[in-house]
Order: sequence, then structure tokens, then C-alpha cells
Amino acid sequence: MLRRGLVFAAVLAGLWALWEAYRAFGVAVSLTWPFEVNERTMPHIHDMIGQLFEPSRRNGPLLIEVLGKAALFTAKEAAVGFALGAGVGFLIAVALVHSTLLQRGLLPYIVASQTIPILAIAPMVVVWLGGRGLPGWFSVSVIAAYLTFFPVAINALRGLQSADPRAHELMNSYAASRWTVLWKLRVPASLPYLFAAFKIAATACVVGAIIGELPASIQDGLGGAILNFNQYYASSPESLWATNIIAALLGIAFFLLIVLTEKLVVRRAPEHFV
Amino acid sequence: MNEQAAVVSLKSLTKDFARGGVRALQEIDLEVRQREFVSLIGPSGCGKSTLLRIIGDLVQPTSGEVVVNGKQAHQARLDRDYGIVFQDAVLYDWRTVAKNIALPLEMLSWDRTRRSERVGEMVELVELAGFEGHYPWQLSGGMQQRVSIARALAFDPPLLLMDEPFGALDEMTRERMNMELLRIWQESSSTIVFVTHSIAEAVFLSTRVVVLSPRPARITGIVDIDLPQPRNTDTREQERFFELVTQVRELLRTGDRSGEELPA
Repeated sequence: MLRRGLVFAAVLAGLWALWEAYRAFGVAVSLTWPFEVNERTMPHIHDMIGQLFEPSRRNGPLLIEVLGKAALFTAKEAAVGFALGAGVGFLIAVALVHSTLLQRGLLPYIVASQTIPILAIAPMVVVWLGGRGLPGWFSVSVIAAYLTFFPVAINALRGLQSADPRAHELMNSYAASRWTVLWKLRVPASLPYLFAAFKIAATACVVGAIIGELPASIQDGLGGAILNFNQYYASSPESLWATNIIAALLGIAFFLLIVLTEKLVVRRAPEHFV
Repeated sequence: MNEQAAVVSLKSLTKDFARGGVRALQEIDLEVRQREFVSLIGPSGCGKSTLLRIIGDLVQPTSGEVVVNGKQAHQARLDRDYGIVFQDAVLYDWRTVAKNIALPLEMLSWDRTRRSERVGEMVELVELAGFEGHYPWQLSGGMQQRVSIARALAFDPPLLLMDEPFGALDEMTRERMNMELLRIWQESSSTIVFVTHSIAEAVFLSTRVVVLSPRPARITGIVDIDLPQPRNTDTREQERFFELVTQVRELLRTGDRSGEELPA
């Protein structure tokens, strides 16, 4: 644990040093390719972090407070989106594993669903659900779920099929029902696959929530903050960079939550953990 | 033993595989009586595992009849009359030793107290006390196979089907497991049908050895193993043991018209 912490800190320090070294080099030789290096294109990292502890506007709260609230708001959207997407993805997989006909008929459309850019779907979701009187953030959750369900469905399907054929024969010899086979064999066997999917989905749902806020015109989340600070990039580039750091931290937090859950839930030989 | 009821009764059993039209079994007639230990032996690929699976209603025969405990095989499976042990232990990785053994008991809706009581007995029987909380990947191959035997015996099935259960083990472990299996067989009231391709193992364990020919498998002959019970390490050194091994080997040779390499 200590060792892993040290490695993490060392890598972080290395990246930090790389950024600052490139910046210093760029300024010293007046680098113009691939971009000009200056205060605006590459702010100091300590300035980005420093910006978090500056007031967000005159006499306003600190930026970190504003972004913290925005992150919590986006986290709610993302978490609901994750639960929705993971649930739907898992149910789709359960349905598909029991019917080759469904698998053949439905799978192409499930794949096709992911080839449509999220930005094309999002306005429609907002219009549909907004018209039902649902809160705006829920539309964002649905958009996040749209990105989440796919990796879960595909990996869960693979996982539900992953048990040894003889393990199925064993169940057969007990005259086990489909339901029993599902709960006692297929689902536990699918867990490592499911958690691999959850890790992809955990970061995807955060990205989905941030992007979903734009067409939904939601100001309270990180998407709103990014849009806002985009406009002030010329005068205060550090604010956008600081927002990106918070957004990244949110994604990492979601990912780590999944990793932790996996350690608690999945009982496997150590080499099964990814 | 002849007055005992037949646990398994096979009548002119034939099995063709749909794919390629290969005939696996041809006209198999066999009766296994209660408390018997019957080994099926034959060259690899002859269909002895298929025969075992047909008895267990895991594979359907093309024609012929399988009666187990006086019922159709299908009904016997629904009544949970079978315990099965495969060549690999086929334990559930996510379950501890105790939970693996309890699996069939959960299927039978035994309550928790009764389950843990029974698991305790089984763990004693296969001499794995102290390993209840271990996961399969923390055990050696021999220990895993003992868990799998305990799981098969946990609900006291009238018929135990074993498909080369010790095939993946080294010779020393295998001989020790043979001894244990005989002890377990004597302590329980199970009837065992045992698939193997080791002549010595078949002779050592069985009350009868059924010799099968290469595909399509027919019964070349049945050898009554009249070695005294209980058997022990000395059994393997008796003159009679070698005579019986030779008898089985010759039957295998008779059935082996294709000249396939014989197992040692």
C-alpha cells in the first residue's frame, strides 16, 4: 500500500516536472510548433491549483467551492446514469444469454446505438423527458446511461456465458432451473467481466453527464462550468484548467469506487483482478 | 449380490452423434446392482464418458432404454439420484470449500443448520477439516478433487457417476485417492459407476470391470473382480491382482480390432 502510494506520488511529480520543463523550454526558445508556449496556452500547474483558492468572482465564494458543488451535482447525474445504464445493460445481457434468437436480432442494433454521436441523441432526450415534467438533470442521467449500458451489456453477455460447460452439466445433474443456474452459476461467473465493464462505464458516465449538461442547458454541473470558463479562457485560462482537474478527479473517484467494490465482492485468485 | 435390485439398467443402448453420423455406442446392455463399484474401461475416445453421461441423463441416447432406480433416467435426474465427479474438480471459484460442498444441499433447499452440519461431516469424510474457509485456488489438485467428491456425496445420492476423476493427478496422489475412495464407498451406501482408462485402477477399485471396444463401443466382456474386501496396498501385490489385470488387458486387446495403442 505504502509502495503504491509512493509510486503514484513519483509518477505525479514526474508529470508535473515534465509539464513545467516543457513550458520553461518553450518560453526560453520561443517555441511556435505545435503551439506557442505562454501563460495562456500552458499555465503553471501551481497557478491552476492556486486558482482553486481564489474567489470565483468579485466578493464571491472560492472557485473550489463553486466547482465542488458543480462536481457533486454532476456526480449525482452520473451516478444515477451509471445505475440506470448498468441495470439496463445487465438485463439486456440476461435476456440475450437465454435466447440466441434475441441475440441475433438485437445485438446489431445495440452496436449501432453506439455509432450515433451522443451530441445527436442528447437534444432529443432532453425534449422527450423535459416534456414529461422530469427534472433537467434526469435527462442528463439518461444520456449518461446511454454511454454506460453498452460496455456493461457486451461484457455481461460474455461473462454470463463464461462458466465451464461442465459446471453447467453439474447444475443439470441437480435438475436446476434456469433461474437457479442464472443466480448460482452464470451471475457469479460473470462478475470479473462485469467489473471490467463497470470500470469503463464509471468513467464513461461522468463524461456522459458532463457532455449531457450542454444540450440540456444545465448550469449547475461541471459541464456548465466548463462552458462558462471556456468563454473567459483568454483572461483566465487557469479557471478552465482547474475545472478540468476537478472533472478528472470526479472520474477517478468513480473508478476507484468500482475498484473498491470489486475487491469486496469478487472472490477470485489474485490474478483475476485487472 | 445377484438378489439386489438393479440401480442402473441399460437395454440395447445406441448413440449416434448427429454431426458426422459417428456411432459412439452400439447395443449396450448392462445392469449395475446396489452397492456395486463398476468401472467402464476402454481405449480413449471409445465413448465411455458418453455412456456415463447417458446414464446421468446429461446426453440423450439415440435408441435403447436407461432405467435408474426403477425410473426413466430423466425422472431420476429430477429426483436428484445422481452425484457426479468430473476429471477436473469443477469447483466454483467464488465459493469456499464449505460452500462448494453445500451447493447441492442449497438446491435441495436444506436449511442452514442442516447444511452446515452435513458439510462438517463431509469435510471429515474427505479429510479436509480446517480447509472449510479456503477457496479452490488455494488447494492442490488432489484436495480440489476431494472437495468435488464431498460435494457429490453430500446429499447421499443413490448413484455416483465418476468420469476419470483421478486422471489429472500424479501417480502417488492417485493411489492415495483410490484408497480414500474405497473407504468412502464402504462408509456410504453409494453405488458407483467409474470411468477410467487405467487397468490397474479399475481392477483395484471395482467389484466388476466392464471392458469396452473402440468406437463404436460395445461391451467386449465383463470381469468379476473377486479380490477380498477391504482392499489395501497389499492388494496390488497379490498374484490374483495381476491375473485380473492380465484378463482385462486381454479383453481390451480382443476388442481392439483397429490396433490402437493400449493404455498401460
